[in-house]
Amino acid sequence: MNYPKPDTTHGVILYMEDVSVSFDGFKALNNLNLYINDGELRCLIGANGAGKTTLMDVITGMTRPDAGTVNFGQNIDLLKLNQEQIARYGIGRKFQKPTVFEALTVYENLYLSLHMDKRLWATLLHKLSGEQRDDIDQVLETIGLVSMRNRYAGELSHGQKQWLEIGMLLAAKPRLLLVDEPAAGLTVQEVERTAELLTSLAGEHSVVVVEHDMSFVRSIAKTVTVLHQGSVLAEGSMDYVQSHPEVKRVYLGEEGV
Amino acid sequence: MMMNWFSTSLRRVCLTLILTGVYVVIANVVFPEGSIFHVSSYTVNLLGKYLCYALLALSLDLVWGYCGIMSLGHGAFFALGGYAMGMYLMRQIGDRGVYGNPILPDFMVFLDWSSLPWFWSGTDSFIWTLFLVMAVPGVLAFIFGVMAFRSKVSGVYLSIMTQAMTYALMLAFFRNEMGFGGNNGLTDFKDILGFSLQSNNTRLVLFMLTVITLLVAYYVCDKIVTCKAGKVVLGIRDSERRVSFVGYNTVSFKVFLFTFSAILAGIAGALYVPQVGIINPGEFSPINSIEIVIWVAIGGRGTLYGAIVGALVVSFAKSKLTGLMPEAWLFALGGLFVLVTLFMPKGIVGLINNPEARQALINKLSLRLARKKGA
Amino acid sequence: MNFNILRIVILICFTWSSLVSAKSDAQFDKLVAKLPTSNFKSLAPLLDKIALSDDPRSSELLGRLSQGDVYFVPSSKQVLYMAKDAQGTRTYTDVITTQAIDTPQGRLKKVRVNNYIRTLIQQLQAQQNLNNPDKVIRLSAAKEILRDVDSIYTETLNKRLAKEDDEEIIDILDVIVALKQLKSGDENQLDDSLTVLKGSLEPDVRATLMNELNAIDKHSASSIKDIQRVLDTIDRKRKWYGYVENIFFGLSLGSVLLLAAIGLAITFGVMGVINMAHGEMIMLGAYTTYVVQQLFPDLLTYSLFIAVPAAFLVSGLVGIIIERCVIQFLKGRPLETLLATFGVSLILQQLVRTVFSPLNRQVASPEWMSGSWQINPALSVTFNRLYIILFSLSVFFALLVFLKKSSLGLHVRAVAQNREMAKALSIKSNWVDAATFGLGSGIAGIAGVVLSQLTNVGPNLGQAYIIDSFLVVVFGGVGNLWGALVSAMSLGILNKFLEPLTGPVMASILVLVGLVFFIQKRPQGLFPKKGRAE
Repeated sequence: MNYPKPDTTHGVILYMEDVSVSFDGFKALNNLNLYINDGELRCLIGANGAGKTTLMDVITGMTRPDAGTVNFGQNIDLLKLNQEQIARYGIGRKFQKPTVFEALTVYENLYLSLHMDKRLWATLLHKLSGEQRDDIDQVLETIGLVSMRNRYAGELSHGQKQWLEIGMLLAAKPRLLLVDEPAAGLTVQEVERTAELLTSLAGEHSVVVVEHDMSFVRSIAKTVTVLHQGSVLAEGSMDYVQSHPEVKRVYLGEEGV
Repeated sequence: MMMNWFSTSLRRVCLTLILTGVYVVIANVVFPEGSIFHVSSYTVNLLGKYLCYALLALSLDLVWGYCGIMSLGHGAFFALGGYAMGMYLMRQIGDRGVYGNPILPDFMVFLDWSSLPWFWSGTDSFIWTLFLVMAVPGVLAFIFGVMAFRSKVSGVYLSIMTQAMTYALMLAFFRNEMGFGGNNGLTDFKDILGFSLQSNNTRLVLFMLTVITLLVAYYVCDKIVTCKAGKVVLGIRDSERRVSFVGYNTVSFKVFLFTFSAILAGIAGALYVPQVGIINPGEFSPINSIEIVIWVAIGGRGTLYGAIVGALVVSFAKSKLTGLMPEAWLFALGGLFVLVTLFMPKGIVGLINNPEARQALINKLSLRLARKKGA
Repeated sequence: MNFNILRIVILICFTWSSLVSAKSDAQFDKLVAKLPTSNFKSLAPLLDKIALSDDPRSSELLGRLSQGDVYFVPSSKQVLYMAKDAQGTRTYTDVITTQAIDTPQGRLKKVRVNNYIRTLIQQLQAQQNLNNPDKVIRLSAAKEILRDVDSIYTETLNKRLAKEDDEEIIDILDVIVALKQLKSGDENQLDDSLTVLKGSLEPDVRATLMNELNAIDKHSASSIKDIQRVLDTIDRKRKWYGYVENIFFGLSLGSVLLLAAIGLAITFGVMGVINMAHGEMIMLGAYTTYVVQQLFPDLLTYSLFIAVPAAFLVSGLVGIIIERCVIQFLKGRPLETLLATFGVSLILQQLVRTVFSPLNRQVASPEWMSGSWQINPALSVTFNRLYIILFSLSVFFALLVFLKKSSLGLHVRAVAQNREMAKALSIKSNWVDAATFGLGSGIAGIAGVVLSQLTNVGPNLGQAYIIDSFLVVVFGGVGNLWGALVSAMSLGILNKFLEPLTGPVMASILVLVGLVFFIQKRPQGLFPKKGRAE
């Protein structure tokens, strides 16, 4: 259970270099280069089909790229690992549609996600330690679901499910969090709460957020990466990106950019 | 205090089982025939059979109710366990068979075989038999599970694959060359561990053994589903992908559960065979496997005691109904499949435990009726 | 002058021919007269002579003799035929004059024959039939003689060969001559004989060669080697035709599988639903054929043409009822659907058992379905299998065209690809589901009609086919009709090639196990749908 930690001596936690993926001739990713710094909060934007979801799929081992390298820190080659291993090395992913375990309680959801030995026998014989209880309580606190701890996850509201899912990521103590459209379908208050939650996570964790909602992106992001047709079109602060001529041309009339 | 102790379903089921077991034994031994408290040996035998079914249902519920693996192969695991025990019982006959051969079972003499096939070696040892009872279904389930779950076969695909496996085994066991008695299977047993299978005492002991095994199995299953691994399994049932993103290797959990469940089914078969006195390839037929599924569905899947209730209720109804109207049983069984899936997704237990479910059923039925009237 | 000579020649010819015929007449009469005094022993050579007499009356005599219709009057030794009509009235005919005669006086005695004589008569008839003007009769006579070449004299054969003009018959006669040469053990004729025999695939030729191979005292060592070589050549050819025949059997099995599976492919592909009662739809189709034949016993020839649409309607309707009453309430719960439809299948089976009895029913085959097309002695193709292959392929292509061109087909494909989107485009997905299910079940019914021509019709007919059909669908790739075609045919052929090696039961086990492994490797089947991982 001693997985090597990603080596971030150069301040970069994720390296993606010359990554290409194609489906039946369609290039979903095209020589993409992307670097995520340790502890930063990065927003990925781009039109439908720009390759955002495929990019996440590649990082988490769901899709194998046709070419290119993907490294976690300088030392871990993600392309050699499968989904569970990638999760155990410390990369967590939140899906577009919240997927929590509806038949389990909030507490159990977090219990399952805790950072620990997740192999079969260890899991069969596992007993919660006091330290782990504290960890769960702390996460409950962070996501604001303390009062809901013994409710079934299936009974939660849409926003609460989103937070629970983020909480599950936190409980696993990942180094890198991939968050897919966290603001979709939330009320205004819930969006604010989510934005707060995500910004508070940066620093200790590196967070990559994919989002369509531009005001949400503006409220959380320091650095924004724009994807277009499977490669990086522009990268920089929100203001820089918005004034970028290429971006303007591509997005002319779209989503208020 | 007492009420509190009685509150968990685990304890309730254990207590009920112990009380029933003790009562049946006392009623059979102490009370004379003709007394209203007397339980006949026939009934003891029948109950023993039903409890084997209950154990089998329990094993299926573990994988279907908790992990979403609707196996149509549990009839095969049951039969394999039964055959392993049957081989031992055949060897116990010794030279008392029709042909009087001290080593070869009658059907082998009939086929002009001169020696035991290799897989029969050691079957005269009870210990080795116990090992086979668990190992054969276990290994088959393990291999099948590793292959199927690793390539992400699930849902209806998996169900049909397990059914195909069962079907292939049935065809194989029907063949004389397989060395399992072909069509007729294994039968005419005499002794187990030197005790006559015909004697009342042996039957009582077998019955008690079945009760105890069911108890232990229930306890272990309960521990599995309530421990952390049980939660993981529930998670796999609802969203396997999510579980693997949390960092669990779902394949190993599924393989473990499937294998364990197959071993339970094998044990159920091994207890069943000495009590009914025969095992033949008919036990492999696909309808048997799917009947187990309906026991669990009717009882209420996802609750361990639901599986037991379902097995007992359906088996009891079956023996009553086939006695009264043999023709009607298949109609009834077919109807049960349809009605349970349409109206009682949580089974009997779901209805009893949950007033909302009861109300939902009534609403659904009246809605249907109203719609029909309206049309 | 020349003219005169010609006239004389013609005249001579005429006289001679009439003389010959007169001679044969007289000979026949004499031989017949001996019949009453013959016993079993003397009868054989007598019949031989009668057959060789070339008299037109001899063939009838032989035929009637083997039927036991020939009698004689003990006092006058007059030989006559007796015939009995349906009312039992007897009529008599003189053998020699072939005129009807009055009922003779006194008791009649029968010219008795035994089995040995009957066989002899059969051979003699075959030899006579070699001269029959009808080509078909000559052909079958030649084949009859091939079975026992010792029954005919080489001279008779050569005479016939000189006159024969039909290629096929000449070939067989040549083979007979060659066999006789081979059997004679004459080393000089061996080469000629073997050259002819090398080209023959007749099982009798092979058997004779095998026999001669063991007759070491008859042939020299080098001849034996030659015979062995010829035998090897023949075996190689027969083996090759055996493969061709196997492929044909495989294709016919495959087309049954295809018919059984495409219905399932449609319902599974479009609705994601496994209909466990699919096998029972097949069974209903088979029973529909039975009922059609019971209702119109006079129309047996056309019964299949009535049964195909009838079975489509019956099974299709039952399918629609199942969809409306059960499956539509179980949307998105495939495992429950599997259970519920299994229940339906139990009910349907029991229903059929109650209505038609649990015993198998015999469905008759119309005449045009029976018989076979003998391509060569080692390869024949039965018509029923040939028609089944053609029929199932035409159903397949009709369905393909239907799904491509019709508006229902378009809707079905739309729903199959994206149910939500189709709904948004105001396609009534409920209606499409019902129609799809009806279509799939209807085709299963048609499969039942076909099956009724191959196996017994019983309540369990469908059970064997549900797993097979599912395997075909999965093997080919769900939602892919072409995949179903390829996989059905390859599974059929695979099965037929395994069968002789392992026996039929082991073959199906092996195919099952192989498929289990295959699906582990390629869960999406042979022709998977492509797209982004979900």
